[in-house]
Amino acid sequence: MKSRLALRTVALGYLTVLLVLPVGMVFYRAFEHGLGKFFDALTTPQAQHAIGLTLLVVAITVPVNTVFGIVTALALERRSFHGRAVLERVIDMPFVISPIVVGLALVLVYGEQGWAANALVASGIRVIFSVPGIVLATMFVSLPFVVREVAPVLREIGSEQEEAAQTLGASGWQTFWRVTLPAIRPAVAYGVVLTTARALGEFGAVAVVSGHLQGQTETMTLYVQDRFEGFDVTSAYAISVLLAVFAMSALLGMTYLDRRRARRS
Amino acid sequence: MAIQARSITKRFGGFTALDDVSIDVPAGSLTALLGPSGGGKSTLLRIIAGLESPETGEVWIEGRDMAGVAPQERGVGFVFQHYAAFKHMTVRENVAFGLRIRKRPKADVNRRVDELLALVQLSPFAQRYPSELSGGQRQRMALARALAVEPSLLLLDEPFGALDANVREELRAWLRRLHQEMPVTTLFVTHDQEEAMELADQIVVISQGRVEQAGTPSDLYDRPVNDFVMNFIGPVTRLDGRLVRPHDVQLQVAPTGPADEAVVERIVRLGFEVRVQLVLADGQPVAAQLPRTEAEELELREGDIVHVRATRPASPAVAA
Repeated sequence: MKSRLALRTVALGYLTVLLVLPVGMVFYRAFEHGLGKFFDALTTPQAQHAIGLTLLVVAITVPVNTVFGIVTALALERRSFHGRAVLERVIDMPFVISPIVVGLALVLVYGEQGWAANALVASGIRVIFSVPGIVLATMFVSLPFVVREVAPVLREIGSEQEEAAQTLGASGWQTFWRVTLPAIRPAVAYGVVLTTARALGEFGAVAVVSGHLQGQTETMTLYVQDRFEGFDVTSAYAISVLLAVFAMSALLGMTYLDRRRARRS
Repeated sequence: MAIQARSITKRFGGFTALDDVSIDVPAGSLTALLGPSGGGKSTLLRIIAGLESPETGEVWIEGRDMAGVAPQERGVGFVFQHYAAFKHMTVRENVAFGLRIRKRPKADVNRRVDELLALVQLSPFAQRYPSELSGGQRQRMALARALAVEPSLLLLDEPFGALDANVREELRAWLRRLHQEMPVTTLFVTHDQEEAMELADQIVVISQGRVEQAGTPSDLYDRPVNDFVMNFIGPVTRLDGRLVRPHDVQLQVAPTGPADEAVVERIVRLGFEVRVQLVLADGQPVAAQLPRTEAEELELREGDIVHVRATRPASPAVAA
């Protein structure tokens, strides 16, 4: 009994020091000068632009990486091909490479001195110090989440249900929509939450490729850093709170949908 | 012939699962693929269904060459050992799956599903999910699902393998009746010789990727072509250097012809049947099986010395 109490105290204490206290302080600071000041900080044109840009990045990154993630997981678990083992390793690269290195790598390829510079200039597309670069960087760092959630589930459920669907006349596409996707849906949902959280919060890789142009290439995280260094801490904390709220709504939304589905079946 | 497989060979890496296998399955029959686990029976079934492709050889179903024909187009119903139930669908939705895929009118689908649910005795469970069913119920649901699309062939891969002994017994009897009512050509895989003997009217014994023998249950029991089939298809014991069935070993107190002396080591009474374990003079064990009345007449006791001989010559193939 005593040891269980001690264990609980240690766990809670650890969480408090590491998580609850700092996040709580951010919330406290954001509302320190009242709700009015909080909303003022969120409604400046630069703040509005940063919020819009971050939401745009999320809106592109999450669907693209979800589709890519499901396709890759299916390829890894349902097909045998040359280079499968290589793909398996490459997928995890964004997890092991520091985001700042990702940013630099993108500059090396797509920057003004970069490897693809000529082609990009010719077609008039600007990647680095522009929105496409930010999207690319975010997609890169949040690439593995859906694959890593979905692949183990695919392995666990095995291919018998899919084979049964085939012998019952279902085409590959019908089998995917009616049998495979419903089975992996919770894993996809969790992958989407993680991808969303990472896309919202990415800083390092985005910082390198963005160029910090206020009102043009500044995402919410970059805006927070900008305000913080400019001693406008209320704005910094207000945007931080909004970032936390976005991420938590994604988590709660998915949990809610998942529960509703669980109740139905 | 409903199914003809010709010279099928299949390898997985360095392992040869099937080595030049040919089988014939007569239309309307209930045929068993019998053999030890890992012998290639399931692989052959999956090749017939189109779920695996053979390296060499041909599969013909109802006179049609199946080369390049997808599993969807083969008109086979397949039942898996572990049911392969669609977990997120109700029993009704599971059974309706194939008909919905074929875009049958809703009224037709409902009528047909009702019929099938009644046939497999699952009508009260139509709105349940597979997780709320017992193993036997899940397997009946899987059967109904396979039958819904009116396949010309029914392929069952160890259909009762994951079930308890008494449920297995029940489902066997039920499948036999179903086959009489609805004579769809059925090919099933099993490693249980009793199951094969009880259900099938045709048995193909497969071991280590090869067909050992094909025939009716009594063919295989009485005329096995080799020791492996003899051993696999029923109990055996060794007497005079040959394999014989224990019920063909005769015990006598006073010999009426050439016989060997043996000591009764142990007597097991199983109701009607009595099993006797004996040891020959040279130390070789022999097993005998006799009806209770005969055992009582002999007044056998452990430690007695009796004379043993085979009443029925072992099959010519074995003796040769």
